[in-house]
Amino acid sequence: MPRPSAGLLVRVGIAVAVIAVLPWVVPSFLVFDLIYVASYAIAILGLIILTGMNGQISLGHGAFMALGGYVVAVLAHSAGVPYWVGVPLAAIASGVAGLFIGLVALRLAGVYLALATFSLAVATPSFLKHYKSITGGFDGMSLQPVQAPAGIPLEGQHWLYYVAWAVTGVVFLLSALLVRGQFGRALRALRDNPIAAVSFGVNPYFYKTAAFGWSAVLAGIAGGFYAIPTAFVSPDTFTSALSITLLIGAVLGGISTFWGALVGGIVVEFLPLVAQQVNAAAPSVVYGVALILVMMFLPDGIVGSLLRLIHRFRRAPPQPALESSTPPPAPVAVAPQSRE
Amino acid sequence: MHDLAQQIVSGLAQGSIFASLALALVLIYRAMGIVNFAQGELAMFTTYIAWQLTQMGLPIWLAFGVTVVVAFAGGVALERIVIRPVERANQLTVVIVSLGLFISINGLAGWFWGYIVKAFPTPFPTTPLQIFGVAFSAQDVGVIVVSVITLGLISLFFQKTKLGLAMRAAALYPEQSRVLGIRVGWMLALGWGLASAVGAISGIMIAPVVFLDPNMMQSVLVYAFAAAVLGGIESPIGAVVGGLVLGVAINLIGTYVEWIGNDLRLAAALAIIVIVLVVRPAGLFGRVAVQRV
Repeated sequence: MPRPSAGLLVRVGIAVAVIAVLPWVVPSFLVFDLIYVASYAIAILGLIILTGMNGQISLGHGAFMALGGYVVAVLAHSAGVPYWVGVPLAAIASGVAGLFIGLVALRLAGVYLALATFSLAVATPSFLKHYKSITGGFDGMSLQPVQAPAGIPLEGQHWLYYVAWAVTGVVFLLSALLVRGQFGRALRALRDNPIAAVSFGVNPYFYKTAAFGWSAVLAGIAGGFYAIPTAFVSPDTFTSALSITLLIGAVLGGISTFWGALVGGIVVEFLPLVAQQVNAAAPSVVYGVALILVMMFLPDGIVGSLLRLIHRFRRAPPQPALESSTPPPAPVAVAPQSRE
Repeated sequence: MHDLAQQIVSGLAQGSIFASLALALVLIYRAMGIVNFAQGELAMFTTYIAWQLTQMGLPIWLAFGVTVVVAFAGGVALERIVIRPVERANQLTVVIVSLGLFISINGLAGWFWGYIVKAFPTPFPTTPLQIFGVAFSAQDVGVIVVSVITLGLISLFFQKTKLGLAMRAAALYPEQSRVLGIRVGWMLALGWGLASAVGAISGIMIAPVVFLDPNMMQSVLVYAFAAAVLGGIESPIGAVVGGLVLGVAINLIGTYVEWIGNDLRLAAALAIIVIVLVVRPAGLFGRVAVQRV
């Protein structure tokens, strides 16, 4: 991908225009939800890079969001650090944690990584409850609501909306620059055929750890923007359900393209709001059933399937998405096996 | 000294619950190479069924029996309907489908029975038992007895019956078994049934302690992961030993190591998972795989 195509620029332009105009045409309570869409989209983008492009299954990215959210909250609460300093620090803290966990993840193949990260997600609230003196324990922490800086004639919420979406834009752009060309190719090669990739000189330690670190940076930023709108964090903000929600967003949106993160963010924010009107438990049931059906019938998610449809319309061969058509050989794992 | 003995017995009781759920995970992993993330939620759902039956006036032991049968049938049905279509798909797909089951079963339980915590009747006497002059909780002793019987029956089934043999064969050599006339697909479904029945027992055993709510099995599932990983995820004996060791260790650490206490038990389980997977991925009883490249 040497230069972005004209079509891509048009699509991005339309997206930017829609995002810029949206808060003025929708009811103001929706602006609040749209800030969460930005947060989800950033976190889901991280999962798309890590799980979709690199094949490392993480069910624990809610833990990085928790770290990011709590870094912002603790700094603001105890030292009065402003959010515009707190969020970058959250990104750094989460990125460092991500690099560390990425190093551990190098040793865990496939489903073991899923199992370990799932356990991390389940254990996260108990960490937050335990270190009461820092985190405020079970009751969580209240923060200052966002105010637009002097001279900008916007309400706090609209200001936060534009900041969140500007950050989302920057993050998407940086990620696109990062994964285009050689870096992205290495990630995909390590997913599809690690043996061949390593034989061709791709350093698996560097690329897999880097992918984990970058996805954690994104989750940390997302965590910051997850905490700020309500100006409140508590252990129950970051349960295992959040981690699973991110994966749901990635899968339903489409784990093979960046647009999937945007669509996934919209789906996981608004689907529960709609489904809740049936029953408090309905969102989970809808999610679960949707996940199973999507995996059975539309493994590329909403965006991936749309792209396929468009390609078929134009009689062009569809892009290979999640998995190449030939199944990759079994990874060289040290996993136990007693099937001899 | 009495205190220590009590802690160990109650650790063994908890451990045998972890062991049961870990065994359920191992049964499915051995048969199809899948980690079933929905195993805990299946156990939770069937425990709600048991609760519903007792509310309808059934004696607890009868409800227990009916629930195990229902769980078995449910497990078989799930394998046939949901898992079979993705059996040969890649790992990510299978993980996501089992997560889909996890969420939808959790949601269904919340839908039917609500999110308010419910008390679950204990099937055991509430008076403590005196053994060698030490008072043990009858609940703990009862849980250990039920788990030993369950695990014994499962092991007898696999070792001594033709069906058990066929199931082991289908798991290890699917192609050859098919040639010999074993219905491999149905053997896998039976495996899901068995796993879900064993899981139901673990749910009913732990419900009087942790109370009934749709999220009750999530931390138990993490402990069961830790137990299975510790023992070696392909080894049923490993799951049992891993569960018992973990139960006792977690209980003793929670009681005697002050800075961990009760809050960080789950974190301790997480640490065990990570350390075992990094240092010795085959666990205590698994075999280290050597693969040709």
